[in-house]
Amino acid sequence: MKRALIWLPLGLFGVLFVVIAAGLMRPADTSVHSTLVDKPLPAFELAPMVPGKPGLASSNFGTGKPRLLNVFASWCIPCIAEAPQLMALKARGVPIDAIAIHDKGPAIAAFLRRNGDPYAAIGDDSRSRVQMSLGSSGVPETFLIDGRGRIVRQYIGDIRADQVDQIVRDMAAAR
Amino acid sequence: MSLSLALLLAAGTAAPDYGNTQLPDPRAEAQARALMGELRCVVCQGQSIADSDADMAADMRALVRQRIARGESPEAIRYWLIERYGDYVSYDPPLSGATALLWTTPILLLALGAWIARSSFRKRR
Repeated sequence: MKRALIWLPLGLFGVLFVVIAAGLMRPADTSVHSTLVDKPLPAFELAPMVPGKPGLASSNFGTGKPRLLNVFASWCIPCIAEAPQLMALKARGVPIDAIAIHDKGPAIAAFLRRNGDPYAAIGDDSRSRVQMSLGSSGVPETFLIDGRGRIVRQYIGDIRADQVDQIVRDMAAAR
Repeated sequence: MSLSLALLLAAGTAAPDYGNTQLPDPRAEAQARALMGELRCVVCQGQSIADSDADMAADMRALVRQRIARGESPEAIRYWLIERYGDYVSYDPPLSGATALLWTTPILLLALGAWIARSSFRKRR
């Protein structure tokens, strides 16, 4: 019994070593994933953000064709980095709607002039209400809503150039 | 008298920014506070929404206060958020397979201590 126990501290050290080494080699995923993926899009209705472009309601989705729902803001730097990819998606026929977080109409209008306008509709979510009802925790985030109005995917952070092809494939699969 | 007048006046004006304004009813505010201390700010992650200065935390506080003022129970609000962000959003995690150790570890350690104490007392005899 005593003989076996003498190895116990070394064994515990080994276990601790493996745990810490595993944590160092594979850094923790700190992004917060929405648990609404694979669930229906919650009902919402948002006022228009800029003149000449409609606001956004949940009834815009689930009309037979998949759409992207982009959560963005004019004050968000990664949203500028993401803009060319959204324009590329638009050029490939992907319909994109948006909700703008904590923002004002003129600021959004200036953002769209500078970075391009890939959006069919933009809703004014000044108090993050709809963002919270989607389980989204930051900007930018993009949700893929299928033709039946279900959230099928959440892309956290700015969409990179190498994600565009995958998103077009995801869109085709979500029909 | 002046207090009730102030309350009446407050009720008459537009809804204040509940992210940074207390509810007029102290009991409702106490309920909201207790819940805000147990909800995680999803942007800052290491802080509760009561402690955080982030815009998103203010929006979450406003959501909590508005729903409490509407008569929703704190547990219903917590559940609404867990439905969207997962157990992660609550600092009071529900008992499940993954969290069972949080509750059972103290009992297991006590049992281990009792077992060690018993064997060492035996040796002395």
